[in-house]
Amino acid sequence: MGSHSRKNLFSEKIDDWLIGFKDGADFLLLFFKETLSGNFEFKEFVNQCYRIGNSSLTLISLTGFVTGFVFTKQSRPSLESFGATSWLPSLVTIAIIRALAPLVTSLICAGKVGSSIGAELGSMKVTEQVDAMEVSAVNPIKFLVVTRVLATTITIPILSFYCALMAMIGVFLNVTTNEDTSLPAFLEQAFNSIIFLDMWTAVIKAVAYGFTIGIVGCYKGYNASNGTLGVGKAANSSVVLSMFLIFIEEVFIVQVTNWFR
Amino acid sequence: MNKVIEIEHLYKSFGDRKVLIDADLEVYEGENMVVLGRSGTGKSVLIKIIAGLLTADKGSVKVLGQEVTQLQKKELNELRLKIGFSFQNSALYDSMTVRENLEFPLVRNVRNMSRGEINKAVHKVLDSVSLLKSINQMPAELSGGQKKRIGIARTLIMNPKIMLYDEPTAGLDPITCIEINQLINEVKENYNTSSIIITHDLTCAKETGDRVAVLYEGNFKFQGTFDEVFKNPDPRIKNFYDYNFIENQKK
Repeated sequence: MGSHSRKNLFSEKIDDWLIGFKDGADFLLLFFKETLSGNFEFKEFVNQCYRIGNSSLTLISLTGFVTGFVFTKQSRPSLESFGATSWLPSLVTIAIIRALAPLVTSLICAGKVGSSIGAELGSMKVTEQVDAMEVSAVNPIKFLVVTRVLATTITIPILSFYCALMAMIGVFLNVTTNEDTSLPAFLEQAFNSIIFLDMWTAVIKAVAYGFTIGIVGCYKGYNASNGTLGVGKAANSSVVLSMFLIFIEEVFIVQVTNWFR
Repeated sequence: MNKVIEIEHLYKSFGDRKVLIDADLEVYEGENMVVLGRSGTGKSVLIKIIAGLLTADKGSVKVLGQEVTQLQKKELNELRLKIGFSFQNSALYDSMTVRENLEFPLVRNVRNMSRGEINKAVHKVLDSVSLLKSINQMPAELSGGQKKRIGIARTLIMNPKIMLYDEPTAGLDPITCIEINQLINEVKENYNTSSIIITHDLTCAKETGDRVAVLYEGNFKFQGTFDEVFKNPDPRIKNFYDYNFIENQKK
């Protein structure tokens, strides 16, 4: 391949990226416009919240518990060498509340919920169900996109707190089997160093990740084309892009919140 | 007779591919107009432009006296309530039952309807397509022909003035094709609709069409009744006719 054609390929990629960025920004604006324009599909929103919560609950229970248990177990030897095992509940709780619970929950939901939204909307698009909504004078953005994005934005923070709870049970189980600690004493040690900002950071992160998963899944699904191949691509790219954005947001939010500490 | 659809000098292309080139078509009140043509000639594009799903590059598309190409979103939605669109693959909402599929446009467009009135409307249209027994089934549990019927019922629930059928008999067995043709004629009679029927099935064209228009190389080269069009000695028409009936005989 000559340098000229390689240059063309590169500029085409840049063009595609810029067009994709513009389409994404337009889609985001459309979402906000339709969200604020009234006639909210409340029943569909509740239905989506239930589907998202219900489908992820088992996996999040298990992952949260294992994360708390294993993280405590792995941290113990290092603290033991300093004779500081009493710091264990506090150390692990900070890690869970500030970072692990929102991140673990959102990564699970990106895989489970994001791919499902991408595939569902993608298949509706390629089988003309979205067109069928439009010709019957029903706004598909309002019915399909607004409800799903708001459902992920609200449900994922709730799941994130549930994940933190399950992780704390894992931590307590590990601590209580190794040391003779009562639940009130454990809770006091665990939440001693948690401040209001930590809780707010967790909420902000979970809301941002939830929104990202919803909007990316809807965008990819809504713009699917080329039949079943396009549906698969939409589901796959929903997961990849939302995970990528979640990591960027994680870095950004940590940086910003650290200024207030 | 009043014109319900008036298309003049319509152009549409996708990239370099010109699909509609200076196309003209008129549909009169109470008439079934069949648009015939080979696959990929732009038949479906034409009705998608009429329903406002695609925008024309150039030309005029008047539906019930309104210029579709210049309508605002709200006006377009008001017009769409008078148009029924039956999709090639039925486009039923997978996650909803037949009842929910039928209620979907009704509850969102006609406010303040009581549960009883909604039930009555659903039962009426399901009865008109002879599928009352399928009311609680999911689309995945229906056959291709049943899906087509439910798709048509979903549009009828809004009492449309115009019906647009996209390949109504595609992928169906011959007996179901006959039933769908009969249904199209019943819809015209019972709901007083004017229709455009997109097909490449000449039996469907003959059974349902008051007039036929053949789309060839981007515009309507031949228009008239079925017999008028197919008595034309033009080789393009003769080939289309021979191919269709030879293929049907093979089947």
